[in-house]
Amino acid sequence: MPRRRDRARASVRGHRTRLVQQSGLHRVGSFWATLPKPVRTFSPAIALLAIAATYPFYLANLPSGNVPLIYSFPSIRSAVTILVFTTMAVGLNVVVGYCGLLDLGYVAFYAIGAYTAGWLASGQFQQVKFHFGSVGITHDARGIHISIWLVLLIAALITGLGGILIGLPTLRLRGDYLAIVTLGFGEIIPQFVRNADSLHGFDLTHGTFGISPIDSPGFGNTLHTAVGLPASYQQEFNADRLFFWTALGILMFTIFCCIRLRDSRLGRAWIAIREDETAAGAMGIPLMRTKTWAYAIGAFFGGAAGAYIASFNAGAFPSQFSFNISVFLLCMVILGGMGSIWGVTIAGIILSWLNVEGLANIGTWLNDNIFPQSHQIEVAKYQFGIYGVLIVLMMMFRPQGLIPEARRKREIEEGGGHGPLDDPIYEMRGADEPGAGERGSPGRQPHG
Amino acid sequence: MSEPSGNGNLLVADEVRKEFGGLTAVNDLTFTIPARAIVSLIGPNGAGKTTFFNTLTGLYKVTSGAILFDGQDVTDKPPHAITKLGVGRTFQNIRLFPQMTAMENVLVGMHSRLKGGILGAIFGLPGVRREEREAQERARELLRYSGLRGVDDELAESLSYGDQRRLEVARALATEPKLLLLDEPTAGMNPQETVTFMEFVSKLREDRPISILLI
Repeated sequence: MPRRRDRARASVRGHRTRLVQQSGLHRVGSFWATLPKPVRTFSPAIALLAIAATYPFYLANLPSGNVPLIYSFPSIRSAVTILVFTTMAVGLNVVVGYCGLLDLGYVAFYAIGAYTAGWLASGQFQQVKFHFGSVGITHDARGIHISIWLVLLIAALITGLGGILIGLPTLRLRGDYLAIVTLGFGEIIPQFVRNADSLHGFDLTHGTFGISPIDSPGFGNTLHTAVGLPASYQQEFNADRLFFWTALGILMFTIFCCIRLRDSRLGRAWIAIREDETAAGAMGIPLMRTKTWAYAIGAFFGGAAGAYIASFNAGAFPSQFSFNISVFLLCMVILGGMGSIWGVTIAGIILSWLNVEGLANIGTWLNDNIFPQSHQIEVAKYQFGIYGVLIVLMMMFRPQGLIPEARRKREIEEGGGHGPLDDPIYEMRGADEPGAGERGSPGRQPHG
Repeated sequence: MSEPSGNGNLLVADEVRKEFGGLTAVNDLTFTIPARAIVSLIGPNGAGKTTFFNTLTGLYKVTSGAILFDGQDVTDKPPHAITKLGVGRTFQNIRLFPQMTAMENVLVGMHSRLKGGILGAIFGLPGVRREEREAQERARELLRYSGLRGVDDELAESLSYGDQRRLEVARALATEPKLLLLDEPTAGMNPQETVTFMEFVSKLREDRPISILLI
């Protein structure tokens, strides 16, 4: 039975459907096919969210110091940074994972977001005095001080606009050329902020010193007395916890938007472009506009994350925006599984943790427990070597990423991809059997 | 359907010329397709049939000449604009979106007929949700119509060769074409499948107000 063999390559559902059709139960077969896609079970996500959101409460109860391998659990301050970088990775995933555009300059969006926060919520522009909903500063403080909540949105929008401006000339390029040009922009922006401390005598970015202090988020005294919301994060005794929960909220919002977009008309267009740009264009997708949207939305979340971390660190400094960050974020997307939101989230958390304190902690544990006093090593020094090895190992043993995008997983479960060229052989064999080809017979089709 | 102009012709190609460097692939071709007709383009390998196809759909820019579709000059329009005007096509070597399901492939074809925007998608606005539901319903119907059953949620690349060909037609139909361009749709099919497919094509013209250009 040669037909048996090609069925073995079909997925489980198709297998069942075809069996049903062969046994003559066409109606059941078509009913099976008309069932809506299974409703996504959000329960694991909600459970994870609950564990994450309560982290500040049980952190004190977790063992600290000399925990096997990881030495200690990340502090709340580290967790904020981890969440923000994960948000950026999820944003980058829209560009790289969905739309298939290799962006090596994502750090530019981080920088634009951070500096927008710097301009709109600090004493950088001493020439003016403009306050709007700002908290935690004196009433006569000079400079532009806008509420951080508003600044987050403005920074995201400005960065999104920046994404469009960078995208318009570059997105005409394909593949490697796009990567090179984005690499260029990723270098231009940090160099610009480093040097823009005297634009015709105007101090835009305060050069290498960066912009500091940047205002803290908060809800102001009115809301504080009315409903007990924190007036200003920096002035609260549990400031880190507030920053943590806000960062978690931003990450959740980003993930939510990305899931919704993925399942929308625009998301389908992105994936179609990733799969076959020429065919996508011929099917009526405006390539430039759709790719620019991917860029703008990726930039939007990068900008929001950048503005938030600037407010958290109370400063934006040019040394933060190195090329390493772009590569690092790209690693999160690749290790997590391109296009897979949950994969990228998990990989983002793990890699940012390694970067923030994980490697140093692992080193401490190794030195305390494994290596003798005479042969201590500093693991954090080998940071990029370790990431490199991680990626090589991943690509060798799990190229689809930690949690592959559903569609990629399906492909791998079916025993590897097989292109159209492999298939005719099977079709020909099957066609010799009675009844073959009937599925395409017009006489039996229900009229659409 | 709007009334075809250009003396009742849906498509008028006027002295279309396409050169690649020194090679003239299409040499001043003048060609018309009447409304609701099935027209076939024949020629040996390398005659420039597919090149002509690609100029019609905007993938190639013509060197000289003009293409008039449904009364409009589409000579220098990009592919997506031409598709939106009503030219759907398949490819000689199947070009589905391999990692998307059959259903998603058809939905991509509907792109230019849907309106849902970013904010509508994020906030799940009722209009966008309804449009999406209706689009899925139409996509299902189209898949049935094209002879694909029970494969809605299969990845395009895991379909059999014949089903991939059918899916390409379904995807092209999803663009709601007035002119359907089929580039060697029966290549690689056995005689029986070819007959079945050609029956499908003639039925297509009976059911829908479209013209078909075959290679």
